[in-house]
Amino acid sequence: MHLEDLAEQAAQYRNEEAHIEREVRVCVAASCQSSGSLPVLEALKSACDSRGAGSCKVKGVGCMGLCSAGPLVAVADKDCDLNESVLYRDVTPDDAPDIMAGVCGAPVERLRCPTDQPFFSRQHRIVLEHSGLIDPESLRGYIAVGGYAALIRALTEMTPADVLREVTTSGLRGRGGGGYPTGLKWSTIAKMPPGQKYVVCNADEGDPGAFMDRAVLESDPHRVLEGMAIAAYAVGASKGYVYVRAEYPLAVERLETAIRKARRAGFLGAKVADTQFAFEVEIRLGAGAFVCGEETALMASIEGLRGQPRPRPPYPAESGLWGCPTLINNVETFANIAPIIREGGDWFASIGTEGSKGTKVFALAGKIKNTGLIEVPMGTSLRDIIEVIGGGIPDGRAFKAVQTGGPSGGCIPEAHLDIPVDYDSLKTLGTIMGSGGMIVMDETSCMVDVARFFMEFCMSESCGKCIPCRAGTWQMHALLDTLTKGRGTRADLALLEDLCEVVRATSLCGLGQTAPNPVLSTLRYFRDEYEAKLLPDA
Amino acid sequence: MPLPTPQPNVRVVTLRIDDRDLSAREDETLIEVCRENRIPIPSLCHLDGLSVWGGCRLCMVEIAGQGRLVAACSTRVAEGMEVRTDTERLRHYRRTIVELLFAERNHVCSVCVSNGHCELQTLAQRCGVDHVRLPYRQVPYPVDSSHEMFRLDHNRCILCTRCVRVCDEIEGAHTWDVMNRGSDCRVITDLARPWGESETCTSCGKCVQVCPTGALVKQGTSAGEMVKDQHFLPILARRRHAR
Repeated sequence: MHLEDLAEQAAQYRNEEAHIEREVRVCVAASCQSSGSLPVLEALKSACDSRGAGSCKVKGVGCMGLCSAGPLVAVADKDCDLNESVLYRDVTPDDAPDIMAGVCGAPVERLRCPTDQPFFSRQHRIVLEHSGLIDPESLRGYIAVGGYAALIRALTEMTPADVLREVTTSGLRGRGGGGYPTGLKWSTIAKMPPGQKYVVCNADEGDPGAFMDRAVLESDPHRVLEGMAIAAYAVGASKGYVYVRAEYPLAVERLETAIRKARRAGFLGAKVADTQFAFEVEIRLGAGAFVCGEETALMASIEGLRGQPRPRPPYPAESGLWGCPTLINNVETFANIAPIIREGGDWFASIGTEGSKGTKVFALAGKIKNTGLIEVPMGTSLRDIIEVIGGGIPDGRAFKAVQTGGPSGGCIPEAHLDIPVDYDSLKTLGTIMGSGGMIVMDETSCMVDVARFFMEFCMSESCGKCIPCRAGTWQMHALLDTLTKGRGTRADLALLEDLCEVVRATSLCGLGQTAPNPVLSTLRYFRDEYEAKLLPDA
Repeated sequence: MPLPTPQPNVRVVTLRIDDRDLSAREDETLIEVCRENRIPIPSLCHLDGLSVWGGCRLCMVEIAGQGRLVAACSTRVAEGMEVRTDTERLRHYRRTIVELLFAERNHVCSVCVSNGHCELQTLAQRCGVDHVRLPYRQVPYPVDSSHEMFRLDHNRCILCTRCVRVCDEIEGAHTWDVMNRGSDCRVITDLARPWGESETCTSCGKCVQVCPTGALVKQGTSAGEMVKDQHFLPILARRRHAR
């Protein structure tokens, strides 16, 4: 298959839809589905049919971002994006006739959600560029917006070395949280002797409050497959696995559909796009263990073993699945690949900051007006994200802290909100980017409670293999529990700090090594809250 | 998996451990070199002849130029490596890890059949653990006496998985495994059936011999009698790997 064939397919699809002028897009990602978007979709479809209007199409699309206002419905001219559409919030099936009447006439004011607010206008969508615009279950819809063109270009016009060069030039760093340079990781695996190699997509997103990977898989699954196929071509792999947690049934279902359709259309399989390149993808379901997001535990789980980590080195690049070189990247990392090949590495490198290129998807959760999914250039300040894009704290309360990076991350207080968000600056504050979860807390939150919550999470998610993590997190949780109840002494606090250090320094994998972070960061910025809860010295 | 058998043409490197210049084969791990040269490195999960586990974290050492500590059992030697095995920091960490183990289950030596022949007890003495700063968890775990020859006491188990590995890698039965997560982890026979009802157990007793504590013992032995013999393991392992 050549690029021309693909363009022809896209043109054909557009031809078939030429009579359609306006689209009514209903979010059918998990967040909006949970607030009832499927009945809305049905109601709109039947309202559309009964009007007999041929120029309007009602379709289900992926996440539009503002999950707190769901179910969301966007009415737009075809080919117009979210910012140019009329957006309706909190839609119910009863609103369907009004919305359909407003498609060609005046918009329904009582349901309107302005799209010129900073939440939409300040975003820069690369990973999410098709999210909320295309039907995630339609391969033709994906092709119509330029999908799989990057893969075919890579296969027919570029050598694997060319692909590696573009990815390296782009400066993309791993979006799973570690921030390891993607180009470097890929070229390490490409340099391993030829033979069986694997590509693994880590979609085992387990951080409390994080749903970036879920949204990408539910909104644009082909995008992830395309990135994986390009990666496989670049490193010389022929087999890929997507490791998804079973708690994401909708993401799994859409991914299965996407794999089936991509295989039938020749974008996966023995001869991808009629070239000599072969690539198969399989889904592996994770049974809900947080530690399986750690790459060595994830590989053990794919191999059918108990999901627990092993010491590194050897790194997966050298000895991964069944001892073969294995490339493991996160969903968002793979979703960045197609635009990098399409627009070039230099284009990507021009976005973001010196050390962190491109954009980052964040999931805003907690005490914030606009909860949902955003994508902003690296280097956007935390204050911009929380106060401008996120709309600030509701109910007139004051901001207290934001937790970034999930249980492995830390809490940032008001004083540091002006810091630009990138891998390195967050590290200086004692937290990490993580996969992009952001939990905002207002003045009512007790930071000792917050630390206890995250420690409880780590304690129950510890795999139990190494002692500091297994027994240390239990003891730390017990100490935090005593402290929150106001029964702790100064000696308990000292012991807690000591355990933090031991668990951080001696644990086997990332889970244990970072489990003390929420305690350490709250102690760093909110030590007075711990001390206020101590029993008076005897 | 077990470490591969030495290749005929393997290079030799020199390194410094605790200010001593030593030579080692390139495919050796730090703990092997230390044990060869009688440099004491504590460990509860590592055993010559079994695969590397890296779970007890007691063999952590410092390497010059690396901020992070590494486990001696899972780190291979390298040319010019400078290793410290006994610094103030390491001693503190090891002591705390032993305390964590003592607080996790019941390790009251005076009422243990392995008293006097227990690796955890010996290690605690070496690390200078004369008291435990942490509160004891006090969870009563069951004792499985259903096997006619052996007994499993979960209260004494430190989850080093030596029994799991020896049964799988040396005996080839894979009767043992681990279930649950975190502090609820427990070694099990078959699918958590009583040991006496296990259909895969060959009653070879290797698991009992490699167990470092009083978790796996012979029935009918009195306190202090339960001496364990592990000399068979490296010999069997080498013969097996040579095939």
